[in-house]
Amino acid sequence: MLKITGIAASAGVAIAPAFKLEHPDYTVKQQHAKDSSAELQRFEEALAASVQELEAIKERTQQELGAKKAEIFESHLLILSDPELLTPVRDKIANELVTAEFALDETAKQFISMFENMKSAYLRERAADMRDVTKRVLTHLLGVKYVNPAEISTEVIVVAEDLTPSDTAQLNRQFVKGFTTNIGGRTSHSAIMARSLEIPAVVGTKDVLSQIESGDLLIVDGLDGEVIINPAPELVAEYEAKRDRHLRQIEEWKKLRDLPTVSRDGVHVELAANIGTPNDVAGVLENGGEGVGLYRTEFLYMGRTELPSEDVQFQAYKTVLEKMEGKPVVVRTLDIGGDKELPYLDLPKEMNPFLGFRAVRLCLDRQDIFRTQLRALLRASVYGNLRIMFPMIATLDEFRQAKALLEEEKAKLVGEGTAVSDSIQLGIMVEIPSTAVLADQFAQEVDFFSIGTNDLIQYTMAADRMNERVSYLYQPYNPAILRLVKMVIDAAHKEGRWVGMCGEMAGDATAIPLLLGLGLDEFSMSATSILPARSQISKLFKAEMEKLAAEALQKRTAQEVVELVQAIKQ
Amino acid sequence: MEKTFRITDEDGIHARPATALVNTANKFKESEAFAESGGRKVTLKSILGVLSLGLEKGDTLTLSVEGGQAAEALQALTDVMISEGLGEVHA
Repeated sequence: MLKITGIAASAGVAIAPAFKLEHPDYTVKQQHAKDSSAELQRFEEALAASVQELEAIKERTQQELGAKKAEIFESHLLILSDPELLTPVRDKIANELVTAEFALDETAKQFISMFENMKSAYLRERAADMRDVTKRVLTHLLGVKYVNPAEISTEVIVVAEDLTPSDTAQLNRQFVKGFTTNIGGRTSHSAIMARSLEIPAVVGTKDVLSQIESGDLLIVDGLDGEVIINPAPELVAEYEAKRDRHLRQIEEWKKLRDLPTVSRDGVHVELAANIGTPNDVAGVLENGGEGVGLYRTEFLYMGRTELPSEDVQFQAYKTVLEKMEGKPVVVRTLDIGGDKELPYLDLPKEMNPFLGFRAVRLCLDRQDIFRTQLRALLRASVYGNLRIMFPMIATLDEFRQAKALLEEEKAKLVGEGTAVSDSIQLGIMVEIPSTAVLADQFAQEVDFFSIGTNDLIQYTMAADRMNERVSYLYQPYNPAILRLVKMVIDAAHKEGRWVGMCGEMAGDATAIPLLLGLGLDEFSMSATSILPARSQISKLFKAEMEKLAAEALQKRTAQEVVELVQAIKQ
Repeated sequence: MEKTFRITDEDGIHARPATALVNTANKFKESEAFAESGGRKVTLKSILGVLSLGLEKGDTLTLSVEGGQAAEALQALTDVMISEGLGEVHA
């Protein structure tokens, strides 16, 4: 028995005999040719055969994995019709008396090295596409045989140096139970494909290929990133149990994906996701998010040299709202400053940036920035269910000023004949203790609260969350924090407002029973936490959690609260 | 005719949008379309050419079209840039 570790690329456990998928030798041995027109003819035939194969793979991928996954083959097809590639190859064959394979290989190498030398990691990965396409044509020219992964017809685990995009697209889930490769990472093609095919995979093992013979019994543990070769029967039994547990969990989570989040005694709460860019929405929907509880708009402003225009922002907000198809989307207006800087704003360095000129404080001063964002949001509001939230509100005056600016921009837009939604809820982040304490007053003027626990904890405990030496004071379960949360929730409910939470605490398995008991209405977390949280809540009685929360509020230390929750645990 | 964009996509111009740009350029048989960035100009009818520009977020890209249907072609390419979330028109 031998255990090899790699990168867990796709969750699950597979147990089956190994099948080594090895590429033949693509070395071009024959350089010189005698008859250039015969070589040209060979090249065109190999090209046509490759195009035909790619069309078939594209078709198959489209049917089995959807149009999006098939796009990569559309790119491959374009490469095979690209004059920048084909013209030099044809010229070389015609003018230099070389074989078709030599001309192709030489030309392709130039593109491969060009991609490999690019600055962007993404574009460097395109070298893999170029190699994939070249190998496909070379297979025909060299007359070598490559086992088509689609021909596998017994249950196996595929072992390979690397899997090309076309390899992965041809893996038949019925027979290929998992795979493991020498190279690759979590974001490589093969890993992404494995996740969409839902087959366990461990990549980046460095030398798994040389350690395995075809037919060896393998365990691929895509949960912990391990490959076990020729395991003892007891170990097989252990991993079978692990596989079945995972499958049951997946089944359970899948069933929950399209269901609302309901406690065992029938109380509904909303589980939403935190996102940073429109690209994150796909993950929210895949994980059954009931909304977006926090759209951090900072990313629109970061990594650029000047402020984003109204149109750029409008496009981003509109995209998110449309993709969420009417589910609520809480957009937080610009929260810059603190640990998030924008070089082009050229703000002076501060002694205490977390206590300084940031978020709404900056926006109320730099109204040009703020108004542009508000206009973009208002214009986007007709494309979905928009909720706007101001960060770092410390006083009611700040909220009123921000709201007034929003109203002004709205009136202007309406005056210009632009459609603006009439049902935009307007809320604030509760992350400053003064606002939590005065929540009863705020609740009369805002539509909702969203508790930002990361900042609320650091401000309440007076502990800089970037400073490791005081990190012991970052205590989400401290009864002081829980009491503040309770104050906010009770104050809001008294006025008929709802309360969300968008800090890390909202997705925390220990905090969830307490938050449910305290009456939190919306939990916003990273998308991947949603289904586990939904599963957890479905097993809890809210009435019991209310008692638990009441007890927790009377505890003296964070440790006592944790022990209390763990004692009931689920 | 030409139009300049600033690349806003996190990944720069990658394979899928490059494919969309090339496919769009290829639809307009009567015109020649080019992409220019960092002092290099390539034909928009080549995906390898477009990718070889190595465009990253924040870079500027000028698309130019010559010949028949130039205006329509440039508009169609602009639509791809915007709808793919690749870039914004750079004044």
